[in-house]
Amino acid sequence: MKKVYLSVIGFSIICRLSAYSQPKSDSIGRKAPFSLYTPVMQDSSRDGYSPRRLRIDEIDLVSSYYIQNGDHSPITGGIGTEHVIDFSNGLDVNLVWFGQGNNKNTLAAGLGYDHHSSASASYVALNGGAKPGGTRIYPSLDWTLENAKTGGTFGIGAYYSGEYNYKSKGLDLHWSEKTADKSGEFGVKLQGYFDKVTLIYPSEFVPAPIITVIPPGSTIITTASGNREVINTGGQVISNTKNSLPTSPRTTLSASFSYSQQINTRLQVMFLGDLVTQSGYLGLPFHRVYFNTGKDTIEKLPSSRFKLPLGVRLNYFLGDNVILRAYYRYYMDNWGIRSNTASLEVPYKVTPFFSISPFYRYYDQTAARYFAPYEQHSPTDPYYTSNYEYSKFQAGFYGVGFRIAPPKGVFGWQNFHELEIRYGHYTETTDLISDVISVSMGFK
Amino acid sequence: MMTTSFIHQKILILHKLKMINQFVKVLACILLAISATSCVHLKEYQKSRLNDSEMALTNRKVEKNELNFQSYREGASGANAGKTGGGCGCN
Repeated sequence: MKKVYLSVIGFSIICRLSAYSQPKSDSIGRKAPFSLYTPVMQDSSRDGYSPRRLRIDEIDLVSSYYIQNGDHSPITGGIGTEHVIDFSNGLDVNLVWFGQGNNKNTLAAGLGYDHHSSASASYVALNGGAKPGGTRIYPSLDWTLENAKTGGTFGIGAYYSGEYNYKSKGLDLHWSEKTADKSGEFGVKLQGYFDKVTLIYPSEFVPAPIITVIPPGSTIITTASGNREVINTGGQVISNTKNSLPTSPRTTLSASFSYSQQINTRLQVMFLGDLVTQSGYLGLPFHRVYFNTGKDTIEKLPSSRFKLPLGVRLNYFLGDNVILRAYYRYYMDNWGIRSNTASLEVPYKVTPFFSISPFYRYYDQTAARYFAPYEQHSPTDPYYTSNYEYSKFQAGFYGVGFRIAPPKGVFGWQNFHELEIRYGHYTETTDLISDVISVSMGFK
Repeated sequence: MMTTSFIHQKILILHKLKMINQFVKVLACILLAISATSCVHLKEYQKSRLNDSEMALTNRKVEKNELNFQSYREGASGANAGKTGGGCGCN
């Protein structure tokens, strides 16, 4: 007992000698040579309110390389190569500032850039002369306000996507509230996409432009963008007729709900559900369908679709080094598709800062009532598609990920706080296979 | 032709109403399950495992493009904080 008293007195003396008060203003002179953090100057002249300036909270870079092969291209009516290479990149910057009542404002600015090449896209022109690739650019902006006392949030977002045959503008409102004990959170997101599909038809359905003189031996090519070129025997373009391509609208409205709950010190779950309604031109104008008579046409789908996905996530910390990340989703829509998705990822923490995460994802779906393979549709069918996205199939996706997040930064660079690399192999019973490798870098 | 299309639209609306009915029933079951769950009230110092970055109930940032690729190839989407529809010509 004497030893205990002496220990307590000794400890309190050590604490007293080591304690010091925080200086009123940060010392800019101690700023690192390179930093994403702007030191904050406290304004002590206003009682109870200390505004803090805008600062960069985090920058994330994600890049993926995707390669795919298959034999059921919808552009050629459900047959033909589905070889695709896609290089996707995304940059997200999070800016943070604190407003009145110490409420946190976050401005998330994102920019995405995809470049893809698709072997089947060449066959939008019947002779294979159409442009085989394309790019997509998609910026986004989101502002979120977090209440310092309740932890609740409110925010709005805007989104744009542009590629040669599709333009999209999106808006969203999102809101969340925590339970009184902060162990649960309920969230709602209302989202709308107002899109325009450029009506690029297969070449055989594009009305021939008036060409007054066609030299003998010339070739006429219709490009995927609807232009008609006349090429002479020497390979020179001698006539170029630009079509004014019409567009058709597509609208998507969704309400997303989520509820997360901490169950105990090792387990937490989240329930998710969406209500999605789409209207307008819901197919793609360059997807062919071949009837059982041998005649080809353009796919025709209903002008409305209602989707209902319901999902649950469950994360469990097993032991001291292993985490179980499980997910299940049931999906149904009024086109007749019913599907199940189940995935399990098992991060193993080799050290507190390095983990290896093998994963497996299973997916199955029933066919939409408007799908039939090549030359299986009847001309009297009201709607028809041979896009194998709507067929019956099962799929498996498996791979492994690595995550490094050392306290002194990746490769000793303090601001480079996280690096993730992930590889996955995807196969479908439709014989489509693909591989994807992704890299994510986080900077603070 | 018009009659067939009109009937088909009516069938789609009926399917939609059935699905909304099923959604409400599932939501009611989930709320009942949540209220019946014996969740433990946790203090902040007990949340060290729950606050681990790999325990977050969200997709990993590195999965962002994978979710897009899956939505291009599969008929289902949504309920995963990813695409629900629109935004690209894929769905």
